[in-house]
Amino acid sequence: MKISVTVNGTPYQRDVEPRTLLVYFLREALGLTGTHVGCDTSSCGVCVVVLDGDRAVKSCTMFAAMADGHEITTVEGLVQGGKLHPLQQAFWDCHGLQCGYCTPGMLMTSYALLKHQPNPDEPAIREALSGNLCRCTGYQNIVKAVQQAAAETSAPEPVAT
Amino acid sequence: MFPAPFEYHRATSIDETLALLAQYGGDARVLAGGQSLIPAMRFRLARPAVLVDINALHELSYLREEGGVLAIGAMTRDAALETSALITSKYPLLADTSALVADPVVRQSGTVVGSLCHNDPAGDWGVTALAGRAQIVIRGATGTRTVAIDDFLIDSFTTAVGEGELALEVRFPTPPPRTAGSYQKIERKVGDFATACAAARVTLDANGAIADAGIAIGAAGPHAIRVRDAELLLNGSKPTKDLIRAAADAARKLADPAADNRGSAEFKKDMAGVLVRRALVAALGRLGVEGLQ
Repeated sequence: MKISVTVNGTPYQRDVEPRTLLVYFLREALGLTGTHVGCDTSSCGVCVVVLDGDRAVKSCTMFAAMADGHEITTVEGLVQGGKLHPLQQAFWDCHGLQCGYCTPGMLMTSYALLKHQPNPDEPAIREALSGNLCRCTGYQNIVKAVQQAAAETSAPEPVAT
Repeated sequence: MFPAPFEYHRATSIDETLALLAQYGGDARVLAGGQSLIPAMRFRLARPAVLVDINALHELSYLREEGGVLAIGAMTRDAALETSALITSKYPLLADTSALVADPVVRQSGTVVGSLCHNDPAGDWGVTALAGRAQIVIRGATGTRTVAIDDFLIDSFTTAVGEGELALEVRFPTPPPRTAGSYQKIERKVGDFATACAAARVTLDANGAIADAGIAIGAAGPHAIRVRDAELLLNGSKPTKDLIRAAADAARKLADPAADNRGSAEFKKDMAGVLVRRALVAALGRLGVEGLQ
């Protein structure tokens, strides 16, 4: 079947089998390998992408066909104009990763969180990320990174004088 | 593993959904949030030949309180309950449950009605629906019928929804005054199936006695089960520590869990009792009844 999706602002039309899972569509049909495959059974969260701007979904547990007509943001879509997204910069600054395998999912889950709650407190961040597993960091620096990004992105724009 | 091949249809209306379900009969499954069905298809535990995707039916995404019931539509996702002021203020049993289903990302896709229709033995919503005395509205080619949750949950992964039918919504009676509930769950990690779970709902009369109680447990049989003996003990009695322990004991006796890597059957039976006690203490605590620990 033919599907049309917009991924990171770019429209794509592709033929897919109905059983194609979204994560394999992104990685294999579009070559966007930033979205990782982990447990493949919706437990680990490394495959999280954002649907229609603010809904985090585990792309191993959604068919590409279900994304027909929708917009998807993957980790590749976070960089704007060659500049890291505040969440990416914060993960860098706070050492929010070690091996990096879970990082795309952590970033995209956090991205959706900040769309709904621009200034979440620490328990809210830990709760929001509770479906994303990291086996390296102990989560501490991931939480710090999301706090830093939230503080930065929810701060009022400086007023020109 | 990838799912077996299937034919995919995206429905654009309830009528079209019903026409597709009528056309394909037992070969078709409804695809809502997909958070149970897609993993089941990946493990080849389910091999539907046809999927009818109802995600485009925005008219089935609602939380509507009218005529003494709260109606939750077939496309209402768990996350919608978590963030609803109506749910958090008036339906604590549902608020508790929505915050404990799977994990926060899964809840942005999974639906309440879909979970009920999947009827997993360890699912959350069947337990809460029993305690909350819910009803399911089912539509087919010949009309619409309303089924009590007790008659809806037939066997593991089997419900009263027949071939060619669509579960449209679940209805929870609006709680009368002096009513509260609580949902309790033990899980190894966020997102795992329940090791044990329980729900309690109580209404107090003017004298502080329990006028009406709803008690149910999950992961303790083929599907969520009502603990009638506990309800009979509670109804008409003043809440005391001993009464709550007796109700918990009824749940422990009724529970018939399977041993697995989450625990032995004996442990899970004990936990069914512990969680019924905790749910009753929490529900009554919400009504200002203290000292029951």
